[in-house]
Amino acid sequence: MGRLTMRTSPVRMKSRRNPFVDVTYGAETAEYATLVLEPPDRRWASADRLRLVIQLEGVTKHYPRSNRPSVEDFNVFIDKGEFVFFIGPTGAGKSTMIKLLLREEVPDKGKITVGDTDVTRLRRWKVPAYRRSIGCVFQDFRLLPNRTAAENVAFALEVIGKPRSVARRVVPEVLELVGLGGKEHRYPHELSGGEQQRVAVARAFVNRPLLLLADEPTGNLDPDTSIEIMRLLDRISRTGTTILMVTHDSNIVNQMRRRVIEIENGQIVRDQARGVYG
Amino acid sequence: MRAKYVMSEVFLGLWRNISMTVAMIITMAVSLTMLGAGLLLYNQVDVIEEYYQTNLEVVVYLQRDVTEEVTAQIEAELKESPYVETVKYESKEQAYERFKETFKDTPDLVKSVDAEVLPSAFRIKMVDIADAPKLQAEFQDREGVYQVTNQREILQQVFDILGGAQRLTLIVALVQGVAALMLVANTIQVAAYSRRREVAIMKLVGAPNWFVQAPFVLEAVFAGVIGAIFAFATLVAAKFLVIDGQFANLFSLMPPISMQSILLLLPILVGVSAVISAITAWITLRFNIKV
Repeated sequence: MGRLTMRTSPVRMKSRRNPFVDVTYGAETAEYATLVLEPPDRRWASADRLRLVIQLEGVTKHYPRSNRPSVEDFNVFIDKGEFVFFIGPTGAGKSTMIKLLLREEVPDKGKITVGDTDVTRLRRWKVPAYRRSIGCVFQDFRLLPNRTAAENVAFALEVIGKPRSVARRVVPEVLELVGLGGKEHRYPHELSGGEQQRVAVARAFVNRPLLLLADEPTGNLDPDTSIEIMRLLDRISRTGTTILMVTHDSNIVNQMRRRVIEIENGQIVRDQARGVYG
Repeated sequence: MRAKYVMSEVFLGLWRNISMTVAMIITMAVSLTMLGAGLLLYNQVDVIEEYYQTNLEVVVYLQRDVTEEVTAQIEAELKESPYVETVKYESKEQAYERFKETFKDTPDLVKSVDAEVLPSAFRIKMVDIADAPKLQAEFQDREGVYQVTNQREILQQVFDILGGAQRLTLIVALVQGVAALMLVANTIQVAAYSRRREVAIMKLVGAPNWFVQAPFVLEAVFAGVIGAIFAFATLVAAKFLVIDGQFANLFSLMPPISMQSILLLLPILVGVSAVISAITAWITLRFNIKV
């Protein structure tokens, strides 16, 4: 089957695992043409496994003793360099999925693979090493208030045992990349929200992770600043880093037109290659 | 570099929570002082036993009107006994000399006792002092024998007192120790809370677990070591001021507690305290900082 046909003519098909899911692939627009990545199809996923960064197969997680959102039979395959939005109402299970990917939680059922790592079977002591392949950005930035921008980024290198010489070389580079050149020695309280989030992105990206998880990174930012952060994330995704972003910002989702996975009550209700917030 | 970071975090953590740190060190010091005192007493019982073991005697006091014939008979029997190593006869005169010597500080008492009143006796060195009761039973009711005393029985009272004191110190050490460990657990929880940002970030970027936990464990170990040093200082001070100083007379009955055995306590106290603090901290962390 030709990938080309899929790309040029919209194809609608039912998901094999969940017949209620209406998966729409296609609907090309010229400006993002260069960024289009093939939506993974299970039929050739196995042959193409090397390109897949995230594989969730039948992942289920319940919290019987609390009303934390659960996750029900997730099947998601995400390619290297793909930019994916996770949308859905509060309590749908988006954060639970982030926790599962970070291996803060272990699923009840199913298999999670990130890169070459089978996360579900990861030994406890190997978790830190695994997390080094993932960068994280959050709504509340999570910077250390008593450290400058450069020190905050260097901290991520320091605590995983990278020598200081590496930090001296890499930190200015990555700060330059996120557009904070010249502000290396400012403390978080001397930076605007957008700039603080850039520091957080720099920290997440400084180890060149395979995967960048962004949990509502624009949640605390005004629309203009949000767009700047999205440009930054877009640039990072072009370096081959897979980005998985949880968001409620319909504006951004609609403008970016990337793959959208919608979750409701712990179930995937939509997986669309270049979707809108809807 | 990383070591420097860990050390600065340790001292920052202890300083940020200084009142708790001080409380932790004080309770640890008290607990360890008691533990140290208990160990010294334990050691002291051994020392005393060994000290007296060679000197302990069984004394067979003879009746005042015993005949020389019977005396000779008893002596012969004693020498035949397998429990007896040497037998030494002490005449009434010798007994009086000894009495005068023992109570030379109280001349009134010496004056009031007539030389004739004191019985003659056999002072017996045993092969093994533990067999004394057997010898006692054998000669207790023999003709001409007034009384058989076993010095070990007198010493037993001293041992009982020491044993009681030892139990007391160990109980106090245990109770204080539990309090100290609870304070350690509490301190670690407070420290983990005040450093929760750093910890969250470290875990997120994949810092190894030992690195995340090191500052907390070292905080506890540091407090434990300081507590042990205070306890040691207290024990040394106690030796000079109490045992060798004010109450020197009271303790003169016993062989002195040697400086050497106190010095030996330093590594023991430091080691015990550091290891137990570290384990407590580590267990606390397992409940507080989930991977």
